Amino acid sequence: MTEAQSDAPVPPGTGRNWGVLLVWVAVLGLLAVLGIGLIRTTQGPVGVGSKPDPFTLRTFDGVEYDTAGLVGQVVLINFWASWCKPCEQEAAELEQAYQQFKDQGVVFLGVNYVDTEPEAKAYLERFGITYPNGPDLGTRISQAFRIRGVPETYILGPDGRMAHVKIGPYTSLDEIVQAIRAAQAP
Amino acid sequence: MRTLPRLLLSIGVVVLGLAALAGSAAAQGTTPTDDEVNAIAKQLYCPVCENIPLDVCPTQACAQWRNTIRLKLSEGWSEQQIKDYFVEQYGARVLATPPATGLNWLVYVLPPAAFLIGAALLFRALRSWRRAATASTPAAPLASDDPYIRRLEDELRRQG
Repeated sequence: MTEAQSDAPVPPGTGRNWGVLLVWVAVLGLLAVLGIGLIRTTQGPVGVGSKPDPFTLRTFDGVEYDTAGLVGQVVLINFWASWCKPCEQEAAELEQAYQQFKDQGVVFLGVNYVDTEPEAKAYLERFGITYPNGPDLGTRISQAFRIRGVPETYILGPDGRMAHVKIGPYTSLDEIVQAIRAAQAP
Repeated sequence: MRTLPRLLLSIGVVVLGLAALAGSAAAQGTTPTDDEVNAIAKQLYCPVCENIPLDVCPTQACAQWRNTIRLKLSEGWSEQQIKDYFVEQYGARVLATPPATGLNWLVYVLPPAAFLIGAALLFRALRSWRRAATASTPAAPLASDDPYIRRLEDELRRQG
């Protein structure tokens, strides 16, 4: 009689059910984490009209630029690297555009992505680039912009919103000039 | 008597020359080898070439990174200092073994937890199957119920 009682199925609401529930919660939690990761990786770069979080760029010369303090100005952010061949196609044109707009309330920031400092500095010197450039420490800026590679260029309007996104190199100075003028327009 | 200062001077020159040679040999000895560079490089991944360890990655970016490792080693940096430098420059994702912080804990906790849960479930399933098999097996008749054994026991008792 006693044996028959011990073999009886465990009634609902006991430890076994809690164990099963725990396993399901763990599995669902894991799926949620994987889902969030998947959404983030397939999101693509930040789009036109979005307002990216401000960031601080410390240049190779040690000067700090905080984009939070640049609201009211057009800010061109160019991601590049010394090992990136397509970046070379637009390097000279970006400098020309900087020379054209530097006195018109347009700020150029070069964000050096996953690079080594000596090679990055040599690149800047080779192309005569004079606008502020600095390393993307910890790849924090590129992650915030969700860039997929280099070169990529983002132009923020005076309101701090994304006015223009260029994936890949600019093909001409005129293309850069037009993008900046469009961002300047109210 | 005049030869003694000359002798001392000659010995001094020879000693200085040997010291200089030893110094240059020591400096050459600190030049990191490819194996030393790769020992650190294989623990790092460049974000540009995902899933390819730095020691075998063929891109220019990775070659530059390996040169940086070589430079830091020649400056006397330790392996940990170099890895810390890379993390500071490029983020924790460059490490082959992610640090056990934040969501990275899942990498370390989930596999053993899944193994333990699986083992526990298997153990419980096996135990319940065995119990079910035991319950379905017909019980063997008790020895005292068998007339032959009863007769045998009576016989033994009588003789004993």
